Amino acid sequence: VRTSNDDVGGAVGVVQEPPPTGPQTVVVSILRVVGAIAIPIVGFVILWLSYDFLRDADANRFLRVGVAIVVGVGGVFFLYWGMNRVIDFLPARYRESVRPYIFVGPALVILAVFLIYPVINTILVSLKDSLGQEYIGLDNYRFVFTNEGMLRSIRNTFGWIVIVPLLGVSIGLAFATLADRLRRGEAVAKSMIFLPMAISFAGASITWRLIFSFRPQGFGTNIGLLNGIMLGLGQDPVSWLDVKPWNNLFLIVIMVWMQTGFAMVVLSAAIKAIPDEILEAARIDGASELQVFRRIIVPSILPTIAVVTTYMVINAMKVFDIVFVMGSPETRGTEVIAERMIDWFFISNHDGRGAAIAVILFLAVIPVMVVNIRRFREEEAIR
Amino acid sequence: MSVAEPLPAEPTAVPTRRRAAGEDRQGSRFVRIAVLVIVILWIIPTLGVLITSFRPKALVDSTGWWTVFTDPFQAAGWTLENYGLALDQGGLGNAFLNSLAVAIPATVIPIAIAAFAAYAFSWMDFRGRYVMFVAVVGLLVVPLQMALIPILRLYNSGASIGRLIVFPDLDLVGEFLGVWLAHTAFGLPLAIYLLRNYIGSLPSSIIESAKIDGADHFTIFWRLIIPLSVPALAAFAIFQFLWVWNDLLVAYVFLGGTQQNRVLTIALANLVGSRGVDWHLLTAAAFISMGLPLIVFFALQKYFVRGLTAGAVKG
Repeated sequence: VRTSNDDVGGAVGVVQEPPPTGPQTVVVSILRVVGAIAIPIVGFVILWLSYDFLRDADANRFLRVGVAIVVGVGGVFFLYWGMNRVIDFLPARYRESVRPYIFVGPALVILAVFLIYPVINTILVSLKDSLGQEYIGLDNYRFVFTNEGMLRSIRNTFGWIVIVPLLGVSIGLAFATLADRLRRGEAVAKSMIFLPMAISFAGASITWRLIFSFRPQGFGTNIGLLNGIMLGLGQDPVSWLDVKPWNNLFLIVIMVWMQTGFAMVVLSAAIKAIPDEILEAARIDGASELQVFRRIIVPSILPTIAVVTTYMVINAMKVFDIVFVMGSPETRGTEVIAERMIDWFFISNHDGRGAAIAVILFLAVIPVMVVNIRRFREEEAIR
Repeated sequence: MSVAEPLPAEPTAVPTRRRAAGEDRQGSRFVRIAVLVIVILWIIPTLGVLITSFRPKALVDSTGWWTVFTDPFQAAGWTLENYGLALDQGGLGNAFLNSLAVAIPATVIPIAIAAFAAYAFSWMDFRGRYVMFVAVVGLLVVPLQMALIPILRLYNSGASIGRLIVFPDLDLVGEFLGVWLAHTAFGLPLAIYLLRNYIGSLPSSIIESAKIDGADHFTIFWRLIIPLSVPALAAFAIFQFLWVWNDLLVAYVFLGGTQQNRVLTIALANLVGSRGVDWHLLTAAAFISMGLPLIVFFALQKYFVRGLTAGAVKG
């Protein structure tokens, strides 16, 4: 990379136009200046007008959505193009030293406003009262570690971050290994497992509510699959989602169902990357399939298993939608940390407590992520 | 000795291989059955929703969906009515449009911004390049839940230090732009990281020769890097699109749950709350929300899988 950049200077030197002479070139450069300024301005006016149009609630639905898409997609390209034009108008000496910042600038601004500022702000708010006005010290944190619902949510989240990766990775690994041996239909089988990844948590919740559905006696037939099985076995139907503490496990199953496909796909790619000669050599030496799996496959994809596990741990830590959409976490005792946070912010309206929960979630994610990033960098160094 | 050794190896190798083939046949039956069992377990939930969504209300309420297997030509027949009902009464038609208006720009914008940044991080020389890149990757740590409230405040009332307005009061709550920007920010760290890995690994010779031919950075980026990076861009596009389409939280916070603004996931969650026992309606609604992501997923699966593995496995 370094040498390539040294060449940039040389290349630019070659490209540079000869110094302008005569009145004609003056007109041309004036036109260029006018163009460089006018084009972005006209563009922004158009964007602004269409943006106003988007706020107009009476406008036609389809048109509104169409304009939104065009403005959103076109706007971003226009932004870069316009900025690049403006740079071209700078004296040649500065152009190439300013241009990189035009390329990275928007990303850095957005990240600063939407991620860095919020982290600082949330930490400050977590030290304030319910309206986020007066500083009250560490009271909110004390609340987090004493309130019964909060403690339960922490316990439950621990369950999620242990069980989801455990089941997801082991089923994913088993399936990837098995499917790898299929002579036909591997792709189809894999996409069936992978399919739930494309479904929203809200959609998945409906799907699983249908499975757990329960109707007490006198309220009609039980149309839930699980209770159908119970009746088929001659048992009484069960209100699955109200069985404490197992209802937590039933919710966890939903996430396992959704995330196993991810683990499976990534692990499968890692398995396929193991050189065939190694596996063949082991088999010829008389190793059983189980031994090949335990002694060769698992050790060689261990780094991938670690990455997938971290990814799933982080996802499980931040789980919110499933618990929220499945309903009544407080009465059912199925609270999780992220769900509590939203509850305190938006339903119980206590910003300080919500922020304190967010900070704790943040602190919990950091070590997992740091390990992950360090791994990435080690691999980068090896490459 | 050294000449004789390979000879006995030959005959022993053949039976081993034959035995392995025999085991393989027996083993492959086990493999097929095991795979089949897991696949069936995995599609049962979706299958239940699919079947229920085509059954008339009376039947949905009186018999389990699995009874169609014993009685496929059920007396009351099959129906498409539930879908019409969901689009209309459930307000899913409007929500579908809103989801499109959120998801398409919220996919394209972060990709564009990340691609420019990734190009600069890989092929442009400027001060602080490495530090900035590490900082961006470090932001992968921030859980988006943490960012929601401060951003909401910014949207509502802006931010100022003393009398200096740092962030103007744009009143972005309930606006598409507000959701786009939020999704962009949450997607950027991963996008920049993945795209930098890809764009940075393109051969430097092609970029050199373009420069010698007189192309400036913008031209190189636009004419050369973007076409070459299509696989990586597509992979991230699918990932981001599915994420945004399926997101409930960000849309709920920034766009709100009003009839006019809500996206599909919110409409679904509302339906669960208000008509949680109307399974014919719920299942049709759920399938409407799954339709587009499933099409995108199956059409572009190859890219998606490649993108995931590129991000998580790396080499």
